[in-house]
Formats: sequence, C-alpha cells, structure tokens
Amino acid sequence: MNNPVPMHRKYFRIFIPLLSLLSALCLGALVIALADRDPLMIFQKMFYATLGSSYGMGQVLFKMTTFIFVGLAVAIPFRLRLFNIGGEGQLLMGAFAAALTGAALPETIPSTVAIFLCTLAAMTAGACWALLAGVLKVQYGVNEVISTIMLNFIAQGITGYLLTCHFALPSTVHTTPVTAAATIPTFYKVAGWFTNSPANFSTIVALATALLCWFMMFHTRFGYEMRATGLQPDAARYGGINATVHTLTAMGTGGAAAGLGAANIILGYKHYYEAGATSGIGFTGIAVALLAGAHPLLLILSALFFGFLEYGGLTVNSMIPKEIFMIIEAATILLVISFTALGKRLL
Amino acid sequence: MAVALRLSAVTKKFGNFTANSNISMSIEKGTIHAIVGENGAGKSTLTKMIYGMHLPTSGELFIEGKSRRFASPREAIRAGIGMAHQHFMLVPELSVTENIILGHEQSHLFSSLPLKNAKATIKKDAETYGLAVDPDALVTTLSVGEQQRVEILKLLFRQASIMIFDEPTAVLTPSERERLFETLRSLRSQGKTIILITHKLDEVLSVADTISVMRKGEIVGTVAASSVTKQELARMMVGRAVLMSVANPEASPGKTVLSLKSLGYRTRQGEVKLQNLTLQVRAGEIYGIAGVEGNGQSELLQILWALTSGEEIISGEAVVNGASIFGKKTADRVLMGIAYTPENRLRHAVITDYTVAENLLFGRHRERFFHRGAGFNNHVVNRYADELITDYDIRCGTPAKQPLSALSGGNQQKVVLARELNRPAISLLILAQPTRGVDIGAIETIHKKIIAARDRGMAILLVSSELEEIMTLSTRIGCIYKGSIRHEFSQEEVSEKKMDEQEFQKEIGFHIT
Ligand SMILES: Nc1ncnc2c1ncn2[C@@H]1O[C@H](COP(=O)(O)OP(=O)(O)OP(=O)(O)O)[C@@H](O)[C@H]1O
Ligand SMILES: [Mg+2]
Repeated sequence: MNNPVPMHRKYFRIFIPLLSLLSALCLGALVIALADRDPLMIFQKMFYATLGSSYGMGQVLFKMTTFIFVGLAVAIPFRLRLFNIGGEGQLLMGAFAAALTGAALPETIPSTVAIFLCTLAAMTAGACWALLAGVLKVQYGVNEVISTIMLNFIAQGITGYLLTCHFALPSTVHTTPVTAAATIPTFYKVAGWFTNSPANFSTIVALATALLCWFMMFHTRFGYEMRATGLQPDAARYGGINATVHTLTAMGTGGAAAGLGAANIILGYKHYYEAGATSGIGFTGIAVALLAGAHPLLLILSALFFGFLEYGGLTVNSMIPKEIFMIIEAATILLVISFTALGKRLL
Repeated sequence: MAVALRLSAVTKKFGNFTANSNISMSIEKGTIHAIVGENGAGKSTLTKMIYGMHLPTSGELFIEGKSRRFASPREAIRAGIGMAHQHFMLVPELSVTENIILGHEQSHLFSSLPLKNAKATIKKDAETYGLAVDPDALVTTLSVGEQQRVEILKLLFRQASIMIFDEPTAVLTPSERERLFETLRSLRSQGKTIILITHKLDEVLSVADTISVMRKGEIVGTVAASSVTKQELARMMVGRAVLMSVANPEASPGKTVLSLKSLGYRTRQGEVKLQNLTLQVRAGEIYGIAGVEGNGQSELLQILWALTSGEEIISGEAVVNGASIFGKKTADRVLMGIAYTPENRLRHAVITDYTVAENLLFGRHRERFFHRGAGFNNHVVNRYADELITDYDIRCGTPAKQPLSALSGGNQQKVVLARELNRPAISLLILAQPTRGVDIGAIETIHKKIIAARDRGMAILLVSSELEEIMTLSTRIGCIYKGSIRHEFSQEEVSEKKMDEQEFQKEIGFHIT
C-alpha cells in the first residue's frame, strides 16, 4: 500500500498560488458574466490595454511601485507579528510632507538635492506616524491594530484640515505644485520608454528596497533576531534580544517604506498634494503583503499582479464597473489564503 | 490473549530519511507495552502513526484485527485510540470539566452543554482510577501532575481503549510518578491497553509487561519485563555497555562566584515564592538544588536570568564575581560570563522553525567569532555546528537545512545543552533539568561534560528533579523547601553519604517535603 502524497507534495506547493489565481479568474469571469458582459472580451481588452501597449505597461509598473512600498510597510512589521493597518495614514502623511517640502524649495536647487530632501521628508513623516503606534505599543501595550486604524483617521483629519484651511490654492483642492527640480523624472522623459506613462525612477528604488529588505531579513544578524522575536517572543527574551528595539525599527521602517510610496505618487506623478491623492492604496498594501506571505521578494510579484488588476480595471471601466475588479482582487486574496490553509491540512 | 493492535511491515519516511523501517509488532490487549530506545530511534514517530498524526509510507495497521488507516487524530480517536500529550493541550482559562468535554461535547452547537452528565462521568472515572482532581477547578490553578490526570480523564471520557503515553514522567515529581503508575496499573486491570514511552529504565521495568527496544528505526527486540535487567536493556538500546553513573572525582572548589544573600521574591498578589534564600557557589564546584517542583526553583532561575516581569517584589542580594546582577539585562549577564539552560527548552531556548545550525547560534549570535559583515560567516558557523553535532551525538540531517522541529525530542534538548556547555569564558553555568528527555547514553555524555566543565573551574548551579542526578553530580547539595534552603549538605557530607545512595536519597527526601 503506497502512499501517493509525497509524490504530489512538491507540485502541490507550486500549484497553490496558481490554482487560486486561476479560480479567482474564473470567479471574476462569472461575476462579469452575471453583470451581463462577455468575460473573454473584457479579459482580452484588459490584456491589450496593459501588456499590449507601452503606455499600459508603464501604468502597471507605476502602480506596482506604490504597491511594493505599501506592501513592505505591512510585510516588515508582520514578521514581528505586528499587524500594521496604518499604511494608508503613513502614506497620507508622507504624501503631504513631500508635497509641502517640494513646494517650499527654491527653484534653483539642484534636482538630486531637491528629490532627496522631499523623499526624506516623506519617509520621515511616514516613519514618525508608524512609530507613534510603535511607541504606544512598547510603552503602554496598546494593540497596534487599533492604534494604526485610529492613526489613519487622525492622518485623514490633519491632512484634510491643513489642505482646506491652509495650503490649498484658491478655488482648488490641491497644494502648490512642487518645484520642477523636485519631480522624479519618468522613464519616458529620460529614455523614451513607456510612452507618456507616469512610470518613473521610483520603480528602481522599489525593487532595490524590496531586495534590501529581503537581505536584511534573511541574511543579517538583525533579521535573524527580528524573525526570532516574531516566531517565539519568549525565546527571544531568553536569548537577550531587545524586542522593544525591534518593534520600533520594524514600525519605523514600515512607515518609511510607505513614505517612499508617497514620493512615487507625489514627486513622480501628481506633483502636488490633493484630496484623495492616496485613494486607499495603503489598504491594498495589506492584501499585497498577505498574498506574498510577507516575503519581500514574492511581494514584487504580488504587487505586479495587483498593479495589473488595478490598471486593467481602469481600462475597461467604461464597460464594466471598477467595483467588479475590487471583487476579483479581494476574492483572490481569500482564495489564496484558503487554498494555503487547505494545502497545509492535506499535506 | 487478544491482540489489541498489530503493525505489519510499517515504514515511515521523511523525504529520503527512514524514521521507521519495516516495523511489525503486536500489542496485547490489557497490557502495558513499553517502547524504549535512543533519542531519534523513532519511538514518537511510531506512536504518531498509530494516533493518525502521520500516515505510514507503507505497511498496515490493524486494530482488533481490522485493517485501519487514520488520516487524522480525529479518526484515530473514533477508533478508540488516545494519546496523552507531553505538552498538555489544555485551555488554561477553562475548567477541568470543560476541558475534558472540549471537542466531544455531544450536543448541538446552540443547545446548552450537558455539563452535569459529563461531571458525573468524570467523577466516576476519577474514582475508579485514582485520578483525583476537582472538576470545577480552572486548569491554570492545577499542578503539572494534576494537568496530566486531566489529560488521562480526557482519554477515558472519549472511551479510548488504547492509550499512548509519550514520556509522561519527564515533568513529574517522584511521588506524582508513583501515582501515575498506580493509575496505569488500574487502567490495565480494566482491560485498557497502554503504550508507554520513557527513557527511565527503572520505570519501565517496574510498570511494563512487555518491552520493545528500538534502534535506528527498527525494533531490535521484544522481551518480557520480568526477564531482563536494566543493564541488558541499556545494552540492547545503545549497542554497547552503558555506565549507569559516571565517575565523579572529588572537586577542589576555589573562590566564590555566585553569592545569593537573603533573596526574597513576592508576586504582585502578595504570594511569597522565595524568602531568605542564601547560598554560594564556588568556582570548580557543582551546587545541586534538590526539591519538589514548585518550591521556588523557577522563581530563582527567573531572577538569575532577568526573566522576571518587573511586577514582583525582589529583595536581598545576588552577586556574581563581586558585581550585583540586579538591573542587568540578559545580554549583559552573558558578558559577565553567565550561561543558562532553561527548564522548558522548547519554549525558551530554541526557535523551532530555525535550522539546527541557526539554533546552535541562538543566544550566542552576538559573539564576534561567528560574524562576517552584517551577517554570519557560514563557513565558521557550519564548522562549529558540525563539531557540536559530533561531540554531543546530535542525530540530524544537514544542520544548515533541517529545521529543529524535525529533530526528535531528545535531540532538540541536546542542541541546547551543546550550545550552552560550549560557550567560551563562562564562569557561572546554570543548568535546569539538564538531562530531561535524553536517553541514557546521552546522559552519560552530558554528565561527563558537566564534570569536565567543573574541572575547568566553572561554578555550576544545578537544578534537577532527579535526585539521582543531583547525587551523582553535586559537590554540595542544598535542599529547597517553600522558597528557602532548608538544609545544606557540605562537600564532606556529600562524598560520605553518597556511598549509600538509598539512605542518602531518603535523607534528602526528608528535607524537601
Ligand atoms: N517531521 C520530520 N521531518 C523530518 N525528520 C523527522 C521528522 N520527525 C522526526 N524526524 C526524524 O525521525 C527520527 C525519529 O524521530 P522520533 O521523534 O520518532 O524519535 P524518538 O525515538 O521519539 O526520539 P526521542 O527519544 O529523542 O524523543 C529522528 O531522526 C528525527 O530527526
Ligand atoms: Mg520522542
């Protein structure tokens, strides 16, 4: 009587994400069909509008870039079993800081310096916002889920108030544009790639950041301590690991990553802060991180997938409501999580 | 007699590694069948297959003559198989009764629980088998021995007829152990079949009817307990003669390393755990603390390793090499030359998802020797891991790849001991239950290493619930009772009284109860 399970095991592991993506796609098709549209036609259109055009690809890359950053904002603390729901608030604060700094800089400043200063402002703002939750956690034991959610509301309030009452240009809902020197050049402008799309050099920074985080997590002593603390806090304490330091660093790094995401949006695309500039992208970061199992390299793929869905959804907006794509996104996550759990039980 | 359980050519492979190879055996109904063997021999794997936690790679399992195949413990439980887990699977916030019926409620989801009936059944079982516990007590308030009784009551409640015990005595005090054996005997007399795994051969010989010896995944012999001696059994297990007690040459202690003066420990609720505890440990001696668990040992260890929560009131003095350790963080204590193997190693001393090599580094990862750049020097780490693995005979695959959780229980213990005993420049070594869960061959090795460490001039504080271990190793012995040292045996007394072990054991027993 031979047991067939070990034979399947290897294949099964690779198939789990694929299987869940495929079933999510089928579900999507079903939903589209229920909305009285032809799913094949919609998928085809999406495909051509994204991978089939250089502008489309640029858009996907641009979205992917933000998703990588906000995904990291969730994934890094996640390794310590900290659930950072506050990506949105950190993104907002970062975006606001980048826009204000960029607008305040003189026009004559060298571009690299201007970009550096604005990005630094965004990272600092994001990091500080996340660190607030970190400090509340280590000092008073406040659950980070609750504090980051509340901090999201507070960030919305602060940015909203400051925008409407102090910084918005008369009869608009946006701030003064940043100086030309502070804008991050797009690939199109520099190299002529991705026709007219907002894809900019932040994408390279995003890939490098993900790589760096991966290296930090899996190949340094710091990451060794950090993962140990997340896996077995009691043992970490015995091993003389300072959990407070790790909690604060993880939250701070996560917030700074969200700040980088804000720089991509503000300095690379919008060039000013406006109401709704972040449009809930911070929350999508949670999904991006979960789909990747909080692994910084897998996160790139997961961000790419979400970028594809997000922009693809926009391209067929005239034919099918954007909400349908939100359903597909959310269903994919649920399916991946359930399939993974099921796979574990079966193996 | 009827056969309760039969295995026919059962093999279990993990990848390429064969943990159980071609095992055939029969276990008779109404007997206590012990399985002994070295660490990593495959005992736990075998019982996990019977209990449905692992599927056999090949081979067949017969329960009362019928071929069965369990894909999960749930199915095994339904077929009348029960396992008393070593790491108790109880919910601390629930009462004993609630814990026992958990997962076996016999009622609809929204109807009220049949607690009354359950309580009656539990009471009856408890009386029949001498398993006294208060069915209304919360599990948090129970001692380890009592928790184990709850585990057994749980099996009875589910009407298990075959009961598996994997190292049930490792965490028990000697009197609780006796009590457990009484229970096992009465279970047997009621026709239950018991499979018992333990490393303590005396126990096996006193309680089991039949003994199977495993070595390297195979059954190398099955004998009647009445027909073998401890020595023979040990020989069958290890394949060579084993020293039951290592030679312990007289120690020549030097200056005082650890000095505790009138140490006190009071919890926030005002419970006194330690009071006026005073002792000194000198370089080159082993100070053994004998005592029944729960008399302040774990609080003492918490203080020594900075694991207190900060809410308790600690008084007195604790000085290592002239410097107070109060207020020093764990990492600083390491720099002061203190090393510690905690009692609950799986919870405190290892990261089970990390590889064996990474675990051999754990807590020592700040040592420069292992560093390269911001990471570790893999070459150095692997060489160091290989060295310890050979030295302590840790049975594992590739240390840089295999996660610690894939090691057998005893080998996980050895990883921690190897790492801590090997620390450079230690002056004070604190050992809590150093040989818990390891086989007799490994005990011999570990005892030798501890004595060698002592001879190199380390001061060693040994806390153990095994009186034999305390007597074999200690230079001086302190008997702890209700949070203070009630009696201390001097070096001369220990070496003299050691001659008559039985008598000495009695005398110590008198001071700790
Ligand atoms: N999940 C697993 N993956 C790979 N190997 C495993 C796994 N579980 C156990 N093993 C290996 O199988 C062998 C037998 O392990 P097992 O736990 O059955 O030993 P044991 O006889 O119970 O030892 P101990 O007395 O130390 O508890 C060991 O060499 C162990 O490394
Ligand atoms: Mg075992």
